[in-house]
Amino acid sequence: MALLEVRDLGVSFATPDGTVNAVNGVNFTLEKGETLGIVGESGSGKSQLSFAIMGLLAKNGTATGSVKFSGKEILNAPPHVINPIRANQIAMVFQDPMTSLNPYMRVADQMAEVLTHHKGMGKAEAVAESIRMLDAVKIPDAKGRVGLYPHEFSGGMRQRVMIAMSLLCRPELLIADEPTTALDVTVQAQIMALLSELQRDFGMATILITHDLGVVAGFCEDVLVLYGGQVMEQSPVDPLFTTPAHPYSRGLLRAIPRVDQEGEELDSIPGSPPNMTQAQTGCPFAPRCDFAREDCLDHLAPLAQFAPDRWRACNRTLEELA
Amino acid sequence: MTEPLLRVEDLRVTFELKRAGDMPWTQPRLLHAVSGVNFELFPGETLGIVGESGCGKSTLARALIQMVPGTGKAIWQGKTDLLELSRREMLKYRADIQMVFQDPLASLNPRMTVGQIIAEPLKTHKPDLSGEEVKTRVKKMMDRVGLLPNQINRYPHEFSGGQCQRIGIARALIVEPKLLICDEPVSALDVSIQAQVINLLAELQRDLGLAMIFIAHDLSVVKHISDRVMVLYLGREMEMATSRDLYSDPQHPYTQALLSAVPIPDPVAERAKVMIPLDGDLPSPLAPPSGCVFRTRCPRAEARCAEKVPEFTHGAHGVACHFPGPLIGAKKAVERA
Repeated sequence: MALLEVRDLGVSFATPDGTVNAVNGVNFTLEKGETLGIVGESGSGKSQLSFAIMGLLAKNGTATGSVKFSGKEILNAPPHVINPIRANQIAMVFQDPMTSLNPYMRVADQMAEVLTHHKGMGKAEAVAESIRMLDAVKIPDAKGRVGLYPHEFSGGMRQRVMIAMSLLCRPELLIADEPTTALDVTVQAQIMALLSELQRDFGMATILITHDLGVVAGFCEDVLVLYGGQVMEQSPVDPLFTTPAHPYSRGLLRAIPRVDQEGEELDSIPGSPPNMTQAQTGCPFAPRCDFAREDCLDHLAPLAQFAPDRWRACNRTLEELA
Repeated sequence: MTEPLLRVEDLRVTFELKRAGDMPWTQPRLLHAVSGVNFELFPGETLGIVGESGCGKSTLARALIQMVPGTGKAIWQGKTDLLELSRREMLKYRADIQMVFQDPLASLNPRMTVGQIIAEPLKTHKPDLSGEEVKTRVKKMMDRVGLLPNQINRYPHEFSGGQCQRIGIARALIVEPKLLICDEPVSALDVSIQAQVINLLAELQRDLGLAMIFIAHDLSVVKHISDRVMVLYLGREMEMATSRDLYSDPQHPYTQALLSAVPIPDPVAERAKVMIPLDGDLPSPLAPPSGCVFRTRCPRAEARCAEKVPEFTHGAHGVACHFPGPLIGAKKAVERA
């Protein structure tokens, strides 16, 4: 049985301007210990996807489809079902550590709270465990710093605190939503190295949500490329980078300047990402796609397997893209 | 040899920090945001400035146009010292030096139309132009940066982030500056849009013969657009060389570590990459380490680094380090540690 099985997941929001379909028909399976990268630009629905899994959608949001965690349906599950799973089995790390930590609580108190609530530990034991976890994420002098407030830590250290907090209950699945976007490259490298190491040591599955293909290349085994709320391409990491099979993934890879190569003019993708408040038919990428034809504007072929472990959603065949 | 457009000598920016409860006679604490930076910028050249957050790269650029007070010299076209000018005199030079900011939406007045925003610098710097002429120039500039001239009466919120940045660029270029300072112009944009803006900037620069100071924390972007690159750390120059030399043969251990931390969008290259870990965080600029400021995180640091500030060796490939050298040495140092 797969650890996480997502079937036909859709997320929509009721807004004064009409319904916004943020995510449409996403499918994936995640086994124990696997790493999945979800890549997309702003508005691609990558964050809403993870919020739907965790039951954290805003009040006007509706999730449809099915999300099974160890065989148990958790999508739209009532609090008495989802609450014991949150933190205990699925934990999340958010982008901005400053706004996700409580500024009024000492780190010791907010970390211990997780353990006293979910594991029923006593306060002293919970704090001791928190210190052990802060050591594990390599915060120097964890014992001395556990009594500090979040603002007394630097950005990188705060993100370490967040990671330590999410790992307290030894979750089987960690969802990291842009965990390094707010950080400098050197700190980003430290945090990603730390996540890889912890992932190996704790054997947890990880979903990494990011816009940075470089981070995905170094961390993930499988990648889901999202655009306009739809999966464009799903592939193991190596072939995605060597032979991207969707015009969007190709365009994205060519648009990134690389530090290890000489710079020619970048192949930019013309136009801008779709406005999700406007209802759309067909392929969301069609208006920006070099290969688009008439039919792309009114329908998009469903995600289809074209090689072992690789899927793509495109009306054009691979030969037509060559 | 051509005359440099801008020659900066020993530029320093120091902020006085007062604490709550300080007595009037209490000495304020000094924060040295930029300490003694030197460089020359030639017409038509792009100088990239990279460094982690808090290294003083924005402050450095802002000091040049007196947005923050700086000391030292910034000689414009071999004649005028920009740092000595009074506010009124500075205004004249602001037409020659324009700036593009990081957050495209926040740097545009939400109550002004695009036409008004782009025309405003013209009204300040060229008040003699007729309304008709202003409008023609604005439309021409909008077309130049890839905006539709019929969008002239729209408001900033009707545009996407990439388009807002184009508006910001149009506003900067309308007065025909000689130097464009871009402070993180693409870091708030999506990858696909980022490439559009970088290409636009490179093209405009080539066509208009602009000099550019390009500040960014993304080393790949800076490499792509710059002729020369300066690496800053805690307000001090660590290394400066042509883009090619700096990225292919970095001499300073900080540059090497910084480069090794950049994720490469290629799984094979990324896995093969040798990472030079930088431990810990940036030291507080209020209490910078003695000697070389990088020594607390440097894999090559020795006793001498704590005692003596390394001289910045001027020349084609400048570096401020007691033990500069190619990457091999750094690898060994890491293995030793």
